[in-house]
Amino acid sequence: MTTAPASGTADAPSATPKLKTSAMIASFADPGQKTAPAPFGHALAAAAETDPRIVGLTADLGKYTDMHVFQKAHPERFFQMGMAEQLLFGAAAGMAETGLVPFASTYSVFAARRAYDFLCLDIAEPGLNVNIVGGLPGLTTGYGPSHQATEDIAIFRGMPGLTIVDPCDSIDIEHAVPQLAAAAGPSYLRLLRGNVPTVLDEYDYTFQLGKAAILRGGADVVFVSSGLMTMRALQAAEELAVHKIDVAVVHTPTIKPFDAETVLAEIDTPRLAFTLENHTVVGGLFETVASAATRRGLGKRVVPIGLPDEFLDAGALPTLHDRYGLSRSSIVARVLSELG
Amino acid sequence: MTSTTPTTAQHAYGSGPDRGIGFEERVRRVQDAAYRIRHHVLTMGEVQGQGYVGQGLGVADILAAAYADQLRYRADDPHWEERDRFLLSIGHYAIGHYAALAEAGIVPVAELETYGSDDSRLPMSGMASYTPGMEISGGSLGHGLGVAVGMALGLRLQGRDERVFNLLSDGELDEGSTWEAAMGAHHHQLGRLLALVDVNALQADGKTETVLRTEPLLDKWTAFGWFAQRVDGNDVSALLRAYDEAEVHSELTGRPSVILCDTRIGRGVPLLENREKAHFMRIEESEWQLCRDELTAGHEGANR
Repeated sequence: MTTAPASGTADAPSATPKLKTSAMIASFADPGQKTAPAPFGHALAAAAETDPRIVGLTADLGKYTDMHVFQKAHPERFFQMGMAEQLLFGAAAGMAETGLVPFASTYSVFAARRAYDFLCLDIAEPGLNVNIVGGLPGLTTGYGPSHQATEDIAIFRGMPGLTIVDPCDSIDIEHAVPQLAAAAGPSYLRLLRGNVPTVLDEYDYTFQLGKAAILRGGADVVFVSSGLMTMRALQAAEELAVHKIDVAVVHTPTIKPFDAETVLAEIDTPRLAFTLENHTVVGGLFETVASAATRRGLGKRVVPIGLPDEFLDAGALPTLHDRYGLSRSSIVARVLSELG
Repeated sequence: MTSTTPTTAQHAYGSGPDRGIGFEERVRRVQDAAYRIRHHVLTMGEVQGQGYVGQGLGVADILAAAYADQLRYRADDPHWEERDRFLLSIGHYAIGHYAALAEAGIVPVAELETYGSDDSRLPMSGMASYTPGMEISGGSLGHGLGVAVGMALGLRLQGRDERVFNLLSDGELDEGSTWEAAMGAHHHQLGRLLALVDVNALQADGKTETVLRTEPLLDKWTAFGWFAQRVDGNDVSALLRAYDEAEVHSELTGRPSVILCDTRIGRGVPLLENREKAHFMRIEESEWQLCRDELTAGHEGANR
């Protein structure tokens, strides 16, 4: 049996070898796709050239959050806090109190679950410009619930004053970093790291903090998406065109504050509407859109594509994206079945 | 009334230790400041009829030594960039801290009567957004030392040498985050950081030794790489000597310092010192004047 334990099941050996879980941080780039290396680390290092207030901190995950690129460029402005997330956020707050603009990186699960109180009270309550950078948001690792931050947005949306950004690709990250440094209050950035797909350069679009954007128009269906699911939404839209289904894609990388104006104008049409998010269907983009629609009095059906309200399996990322409906093919199948 | 709240300080504070006047005179100044701080605590306690009066009285000497002797600040400019930072992580000790801020001239004495009232700048739990001179919002315990680590790092990075004090309690030593910060301060060699631990041996559910044993404290802090001293936190001479020794050790890059201060809840008011120890002390309406009288008598007796 060649199957690795991490991706194995009780099934007998089959003719096709099973995919393996592989590294902690699995790439979600398609084979041959254009990518950019460590866009966050490079963007932060570049921003620090012109903004002397910027410092970088991490909790023993510098290499895994691309913070090491900043560390190499600005060693005197990098601070290793050890595997101590409460200290990471407390110290980031203290540094901001002295006028610095810290970017503090860890995995999303630890930012959201383990050190919430410190982000909430030390950073958000005083409204400090501390930017939390969370690796492995949603389902971007096959390691199981310990590392899958499937509910990070749900946890953070209730925190007053915290800006939440879910970027799609390397370009979004490159533009988000200096804008987050320039904006006054605290933020949470859902990090995509390593070789990150470059997708949005093919569209007439630039990231603007707090703004949603229509990447492509379409007469039959409208996708509202954030994060890496915008990439999948665009891919699914192309495939659905082959089925003669015309799909619009609205990218809303800032989850909070939410650009209800742009999104609701697209939802409030006869087209079948979907939300697509790399997050549980509880408390994330779907419910953000739903609550905005209800407030506006729109009696509009919105179909959520997102992770189920469950602790997810361990396994290989492509397997899991298929299993939980995030892959291009499962999106296409879902749309076709909804359209009957 | 047989005694009232005494007048404010005769000396300007905020220039750091005044070594020109001799040690004995410094001790006297701090004792006098602590006495006034205790009266302020009673004033605020009476407004609420209850509260963390015992803690406020217990830490009065630590606070007095900080504000009347050690710290550099400008009373009329709480955000002065070159001020030393004093971080209160134990939010419920705000009653003591407000009293010290009044003694320092940062908060008007007359304002103390608004303590814990609607729309007051002096809420029950200390918060930076409400009160001048409050550097952080405490209350959720185990936060102060981590923020202090960041402040010390941030100041040093910007070529500044202001000191950062953090007053925490022995109860806060239950929190793992305090020890994360203790390791961080040592790892980064934050010599301008001074932790002051109020060891009153009591927490919400009872005596510290029955809730979660934190001893041996001196050994623990020493093992974490800190320059650690342990003193009677109600003995002003011992406190000032420890503060001075910590200052000698406060290189910009070097071991952080901690002073473990054994204090007595209700200190200065025998009626409260001898009352059954309670985290949240109830004091009858008729007792407040008695408390003030005892405090005054004790201070005058000591000065005789």
